Amino acid sequence: MAANRFNGFQNHGVGIGLRIPHYEHIFAHEPAVDWFEIISENYMVDGGRPLHMLDRIMEHYRVVQHGVSMYFGSAQAPDREHLSRLKSLVKRTKTPWLSDHLCWGSIDGTYSHDLLPLPYTWEAVEKTAARIREVQDFLEIPVAVENVSSYAEFVASEMTEWEFLNEVVERADCGILLDVNNIYVSSVNHDFAPMDYVNAVPAERVAQIHIAGHTRYEKYILDTHDHPVIDPVWQLYARAVERCGPTPTLLEWDDRIPSFDEVWAEARKAERYLQPVPSSVEPLLTGAAR
Amino acid sequence: MNLEELQRTMGAAVMQPLTAEEEMQQQDVTGRWNGRPMAEVAGEFIAPNSRLTAFERLEIYNRQYWFRLQSAFHEDFAGLRAVVGTERFETLMNAYLAAHPSRSFTLRNLGSKLLDWLIQNPKYLGRRVALALDVVRVEWACIEAFDNAEYAPLSVAEVAAVGADSRLALQPHVQLLALSYPADDLVLDMHRQQRKESSEAGTRPDSHEDDSQAPLRLRKRATWLAVHRADLSLYYKRLTLPEYRTLNAIRDGLTLPVALEAGFAGSRLTVPVQLDLVRQWFANWAELGWICKPQ
Repeated sequence: MAANRFNGFQNHGVGIGLRIPHYEHIFAHEPAVDWFEIISENYMVDGGRPLHMLDRIMEHYRVVQHGVSMYFGSAQAPDREHLSRLKSLVKRTKTPWLSDHLCWGSIDGTYSHDLLPLPYTWEAVEKTAARIREVQDFLEIPVAVENVSSYAEFVASEMTEWEFLNEVVERADCGILLDVNNIYVSSVNHDFAPMDYVNAVPAERVAQIHIAGHTRYEKYILDTHDHPVIDPVWQLYARAVERCGPTPTLLEWDDRIPSFDEVWAEARKAERYLQPVPSSVEPLLTGAAR
Repeated sequence: MNLEELQRTMGAAVMQPLTAEEEMQQQDVTGRWNGRPMAEVAGEFIAPNSRLTAFERLEIYNRQYWFRLQSAFHEDFAGLRAVVGTERFETLMNAYLAAHPSRSFTLRNLGSKLLDWLIQNPKYLGRRVALALDVVRVEWACIEAFDNAEYAPLSVAEVAAVGADSRLALQPHVQLLALSYPADDLVLDMHRQQRKESSEAGTRPDSHEDDSQAPLRLRKRATWLAVHRADLSLYYKRLTLPEYRTLNAIRDGLTLPVALEAGFAGSRLTVPVQLDLVRQWFANWAELGWICKPQ
């Protein structure tokens, strides 16, 4: 696997998101999942079942923390209680890296609980990078930022999304959680070529890759995480792996969650792209993936 | 518009209440933009594309915001919905969420101000105000009891060795309630599904579907209740009034003799009977692990 300083030089392979409906199956069958990603906020509590279950999972599996409310792009200072709870959880899980989104979501102490898009401006680059550095310094572990799916663009934007991402991660000196499904969703919603995005990302900073499904409506795509991964997203994934090397990969399935076996089978499709292809064998993907 | 002002503007638009048809308001209803058309407001900072106007793009976020909060609220207060009915519940939910949007990084705390807000705004509850308030008390207590801290409990021997000046503490997960109705029976009947987790999925919540059930019919009866956690599960334990008062006094940090005096204030029980009760309480509390040292 592409171990680098942004994923703590770990060799994590394919994992899935840890979800409550799968607990029973995991404890009963101990499936050979390489690692689980947890939503940090679900375990940033003082006690009870969530932490107990997490501890049981950690007896057998590696976990990596992924957050949904750090809001690196929010213009105002991070919530100190959030940060200190997050650090406590980091100590508990010993997560080798931590990820959250390149977005904003709170203003004047009010939380949207959504991953709101940022205007791609130089002011946003500076402020977001400063906040990532602050969080990274406080948590004392590598941080990776994830590109989000978006449904709106701003009049004020001064660059493309991938240019914005690159500027932010360079200034923050952080990693990237490259979500190829989000790239696909945004490419349809904003009419750009998704492969241009994948090709522009600094490969050496990619700590992890997300894959997921989505829902297509008449005029836009919504990032619902409730379907299998579609072929065009697999093609983006193949290209990302080609550029970055085999990289820790995580399938997200958050709604209408099917059986553990179904989710795990979908995730394991990623393995065919991660394993070296013998030279005598035709590449799995051609054309758009190249 | 700088980044902070842009986020303030978009935040206000995203959090603006939806119409009855669950669409974005055509006109500003908050007063922030003096009642201007939202299409105009959206066009000032959101760019359109070939398929969607700036208004339609902003509306996606406006709807997602409300659906996400409504979903969490539905899950947390299923008992309240059963008592007041789905239509009234929707109205009070939207009014409450407009008055008290989330001020926490976690949706777990979304209902933290609901009881106080309903006490100040009983018009949203219809005729069964006292019952509805009791149900909210129990449902919020469940949220607190589910994942509040649990410190090392005092053993029976340690409790027995407690001196007259000792201060004890109650486990944070133990929630003490004084109710007009035995509302725990109703809530127990309603909360059959596990709480949902945070995620990034942008989906319409299933709980919007009208799956409300007819609530149990309850008669008014003063009820003292502890909602607590044992072996990772939630339990309700009915208390007597002296027991409830004593536990509250312990929680308030009073010394044991003062707490017991508060517990038996106005009681006609003889001292030997009181002492016997206290012994039973402490044996029970120690077994349940409710008593700990002050942190």
